[in-house]
Amino acid sequence: MTAPSATVEGSGRTPIAAHRETLGRRLLGAVATPGGGVFVLTGLLLLAVILSNPSFGEPGSLIRFVGRTAPIAIAAIGQYFVIVSGEFDLSMGAVVTTQVVMAGNLIGQDDGRVVPVLLLMLVVGAFIGVVNGVLTTLLKVPSFIVTLGTMLALSGLVLYWTGGAATGNPADSFRQIGRGGIEDVPVLEVIPYPALILLAVATAAVVLMRRPFGRTLIGAGDNPEAARLAGSSLWWLKTRAFVLSSLAATVAGIILVGYAGVHPSVGRGYEFTAITAVVLGGVVLGGGRGWVLSAAAGAFALELLFTLLNFRGVESTWRDTVQGVIIIAAVAFAGRAWQAGRRPSRSRSGAATAPPDPSTTTAPDPGTVKGES
Amino acid sequence: MSAARTARRRTPLTSTGIVFIVLALVVVVGALLTASAGRNFFSTGNLSTILTGTSVLGFIAIGQTLVILAGSLDLSVPFVTSLSSLVAGGIMAGQTSNVAAGVFMALAVCAVIGLVNGLVVSLLDVHGFMATLGMGLIISGYLASNYQGSHGSAPRSFRLVGATRIGPVPISVLIMLGCAVLAILMLRRTRIGHHLYAVGGDRSVARLSGVRTAPPVIVVHVLSSVLAGMAGLLLLARLSVGSPTIGSQGGYDLMSIAAVVLGGTLLAGGKGNILGTLGGVAIFAVLDNVMSVMSVNPFLKDVIRGLVIVVAVAVYARRDAHPRLARFDKPSLTDSVVQEAR
Repeated sequence: MTAPSATVEGSGRTPIAAHRETLGRRLLGAVATPGGGVFVLTGLLLLAVILSNPSFGEPGSLIRFVGRTAPIAIAAIGQYFVIVSGEFDLSMGAVVTTQVVMAGNLIGQDDGRVVPVLLLMLVVGAFIGVVNGVLTTLLKVPSFIVTLGTMLALSGLVLYWTGGAATGNPADSFRQIGRGGIEDVPVLEVIPYPALILLAVATAAVVLMRRPFGRTLIGAGDNPEAARLAGSSLWWLKTRAFVLSSLAATVAGIILVGYAGVHPSVGRGYEFTAITAVVLGGVVLGGGRGWVLSAAAGAFALELLFTLLNFRGVESTWRDTVQGVIIIAAVAFAGRAWQAGRRPSRSRSGAATAPPDPSTTTAPDPGTVKGES
Repeated sequence: MSAARTARRRTPLTSTGIVFIVLALVVVVGALLTASAGRNFFSTGNLSTILTGTSVLGFIAIGQTLVILAGSLDLSVPFVTSLSSLVAGGIMAGQTSNVAAGVFMALAVCAVIGLVNGLVVSLLDVHGFMATLGMGLIISGYLASNYQGSHGSAPRSFRLVGATRIGPVPISVLIMLGCAVLAILMLRRTRIGHHLYAVGGDRSVARLSGVRTAPPVIVVHVLSSVLAGMAGLLLLARLSVGSPTIGSQGGYDLMSIAAVVLGGTLLAGGKGNILGTLGGVAIFAVLDNVMSVMSVNPFLKDVIRGLVIVVAVAVYARRDAHPRLARFDKPSLTDSVVQEAR
């Protein structure tokens, strides 16, 4: 389901079974999996939005839409690392809030403080990730509970600090990261910085997932015991995934300062939206399956859906309901498609009578299994 | 040394035991802190406040325990709670004659929601986390679209359920404990209870052993929603109006899961019990009470709650990290002799 791998063909090794097909067939096969299907879904939704409001299809407004969606897409990419390794990160929304409030209160109107505070925010983000990761892996507390605890603690601290009201207003130069863009571009009019940041994050994520780290991370999510026996250090692997997730939340927070301003409720519900986007992208809760760009595409599909509902004049209060129906339908569909897509040759020969594939039915439940078990 | 090890293995401290030791510790520390603030922790009024604090979360946590034992999760409870309070409040409309109808309708609506959850989880194979998150969103959209503020009203006769107490024990807590006893009986004495543990422990093994895996999952989801509905009725009795935000304000979804895990139930399912959950709920109630008495900043309360959850779970999470691998332990001397003899 990934792009053709030149290294395998170039080095003269026998390509693995999935790579023997022609490029066209492989692409078709990839689209049939939930991870590929989300791109088709995104395309269809985009078409529907443009049909209801043709001005949305202009390059200028499209690129602005990409900029608007960037924070949630970046959060989804971060959440992907954690989910694919078989864990959960519920603290994401609280991290976003913490970073936004920190930026608002520490930078103030002083341009000289932008860079130091930016570095401090990244350090704080990485530290939260390390705490989440170490508690999950070394103390063997389920990640669901660890990140729930971090969420309560962080949001409590932020509310205590701010008194629950919107406080602080960072310098305009800092807000430009979320608001501004490169002006006077020929076709697009403007390229928002968030879109560029998203591009950079997505590229880095794809590279990371093709490196040994990414490969072992997926392996650890699919079968932690096998990954451990193969010699990978599980605690360090998963801790890095949590750090990446918190850092992604930090970047999303930096962008949101420009968009939404400083308020303690800015990141509320971000974790569930990010998890929804990841699952919509066909990534399996419990780990071991899914592609990182599909998670980002899931975020775009979700935002396009909301845009479509807006243009269709559906009351915003029904947004939640539609989102709920979509989630259930997407997961129900994805579960079947992964099972059908994994063994194409055997699916025809009486899959109904054969006992369920043990590797799919006994997969550990997401975040419910402790650290390394 | 090996003798000592086997002896320790034979009389293990169960996780429920640890929960109640932690609870006792929290009570002692709480009593000392309360005394230092010049108040009596064990006064009738204070005990009754603590017990009242356990009732709403208690109902929801009992249901959540059942669902988690089956290897699923229920994130839709806060919205079910709100919906139940609104439905019952709307039907009662302040008339004593409508109480029975209101209670029945509210619980029936909840049962249907739970049935849908159960069917989606067991038949469509959607993970409980996503299925109930989706169901929660669906209900939340319905609530936001149809109710702008509080709605309906409870008659005085129904409000008495929330206010009456026998000695220091409120009636609502007795009802909650009654539900807990019924749930324990179901887990210990009925076929579906045993199947529940089997399905939660390992679904495919249960299936290969001839257990039908769908019915227990459906039943626990129905029970969880009905218990969340009862929590909604209790909140209606206390506030005398139904409210569309009462459930989500309480954060009952995540707090009930935290209470269940605090009570020693494995989040992966198949291991745990109701008694531990009640201990977990009591720990939260005592903690809240002590923090109120000490007049801790309300925002810092969340910080302390978060820390307690993580620390308490860390204490015994290390113990049974590989609960199902015990039988593969190094065989004892007698075992190896038996093996050799064969």
